[in-house]
Amino acid sequence: MTDYTELGVAQIRDGVRGGYFTAAEVADAFNAAVAGATSLNAFITPTPDVAVRHAALVDADRAAGKELGAMAGVPIGMKDLFATRGVQTTAASHILEGFVPEYESTVSHNLWSAGAGMLGKLNLDQFAMGSSNETSYFGNVVNPWRRTGSDVALTPGGSSGGSSAAVAARIAPAATGTDTGGSIRQPAAFAGICGIKPTYGRCSRWGTVAFASSLDQAGPMARDVRDCAIMLGAMAGFDAKDSTSLDLPVPDWEGALSADLKGKRVGIPREYRMDGMDPEIEAAWDKGKTMLRDAGAEVVDISLPHTKYALPAYYIIAPAEASSNLARYDGVRYGLRELPEGAGLQDMYAATRAAGFGDEVKRRVLIGTYVLSAGFYDAYYTQAQKVRTLIARDFAEAWSECDIILAPTTPSAAFPLGEKSDDPLAMYLNDVFAVPASLAGLPAMSVPCGLNGQGLPLGLQIIGRELDEQGVLNAGLAIEARAGFDARPEKWWG
Amino acid sequence: MSVDKTQVAKIASLARISMGEAELDRMVPELNNILDWVEQLGEVDTANVEPTTAVIANALRLRADVVDADPLTGGNLRERVLANAPDAEHGFFAVPKVIE
Repeated sequence: MTDYTELGVAQIRDGVRGGYFTAAEVADAFNAAVAGATSLNAFITPTPDVAVRHAALVDADRAAGKELGAMAGVPIGMKDLFATRGVQTTAASHILEGFVPEYESTVSHNLWSAGAGMLGKLNLDQFAMGSSNETSYFGNVVNPWRRTGSDVALTPGGSSGGSSAAVAARIAPAATGTDTGGSIRQPAAFAGICGIKPTYGRCSRWGTVAFASSLDQAGPMARDVRDCAIMLGAMAGFDAKDSTSLDLPVPDWEGALSADLKGKRVGIPREYRMDGMDPEIEAAWDKGKTMLRDAGAEVVDISLPHTKYALPAYYIIAPAEASSNLARYDGVRYGLRELPEGAGLQDMYAATRAAGFGDEVKRRVLIGTYVLSAGFYDAYYTQAQKVRTLIARDFAEAWSECDIILAPTTPSAAFPLGEKSDDPLAMYLNDVFAVPASLAGLPAMSVPCGLNGQGLPLGLQIIGRELDEQGVLNAGLAIEARAGFDARPEKWWG
Repeated sequence: MSVDKTQVAKIASLARISMGEAELDRMVPELNNILDWVEQLGEVDTANVEPTTAVIANALRLRADVVDADPLTGGNLRERVLANAPDAEHGFFAVPKVIE
């Protein structure tokens, strides 16, 4: 008998389309896997009934002879940042606990239209603010991976930590993620899976809880590059309800996958080679160059001179936008209300937000409020937006010398839960390689390339020109084919 | 630039987050660490550089001026709009008394 949880997106879709098994059988298998992995804390709200209902629709369509969609019969995990009609949507915060949307986000709607089903709502860092999934009101997610011979609990990365853990543990064949400054790529790297953030504007932001609107992009996280290509195709597309949605056709990324990189130039940004860099990360990067060369590409050195300023610029821009976006949580229209005895309206706002936001969210709202306040706006916010222009210009100039860029995804492998949670700056540095592409709105992907000496997965990052998701996926495929990454975490969870 | 406890209290008040003394004491050094670190952006010569307004060039669209053109986001959805309100009365959001 087939163990359906061993199958990925393409295999499930093809099997359901071909009638080799039913969507219901697959949903049952993954529902059982989710129920048997609660110690990972990957899900905030499992929705086995929804998965069964979605699967029944697909099976009925097949029985009726209808054409099945790109995600037919594939049950997925939905990051709990996407509004799902009738299912609690929390953004891993207390302030949204119990919020049951009356509408469906465009991305999740697109996925259900393509035949996907929902296993549940996945844990994340609160409002997607964090790099270790330790800021969730609903507790830490634990990485299925452990160091060889150790039972120390490691972070699955963040903010899409529930997504990365669920896919790595094979309790979901794929999951949605969102990436504001690395929140798809860093957890993908920490969990030995693939994840792609498309060009800003490819996926509608409508119905996604907003963090930093000029940076937020949804994307797929799955076990391999092909599965990411399929799922991204189902998520993307023009949406009139998002003013920054790109009015462009969605390419057939899966159909055009090719690991032949003849004629392509791969840029290696010298500024990403940092002092005190982990030698294993450097070795993985070198291995990546060899693999892309072997696929026919030419490797060239490039310069992105403003790289070191990307992270500080991000930590002005993202909190500024967050402080503005999170102003809506006021205890009036939805979510938590704290009304101390005798309190007026202003006291109610302040008490609600004090009780409803976690420490990291408060920190960022305060930083954002400060950098946008009168007298400091130009020195901080305007200067950061000018530096952002220079960072985007660095990439624009690099594209005259190369077609894609290869870099590490993260400065280290997954670290123990608790190791950096008391030091916000140390935590922020996790995203040093991920943030520049976010600031420039470029498509970028992480693919696993091997294990380090402690038996933990390492990821390589590929950054592409705007709208060139295909180039990114193809380079990812070339690495995947050569890395032969088939390691998986040994099951310890229950 | 750095912030002291009085300033942090002012920022928290602007952000409508109530904070006790202990929390303010904890926030001051945390915010200053972050502000010290982002200070390095001052080194970058940005004379003649325009601040980013849109990361991917995209024209703003106009839509037809039709009332409730989109059934999802149009009008006449009072019950659904109020469905998640912590307190709703007579078809409105209810809040504590504002005017004495």
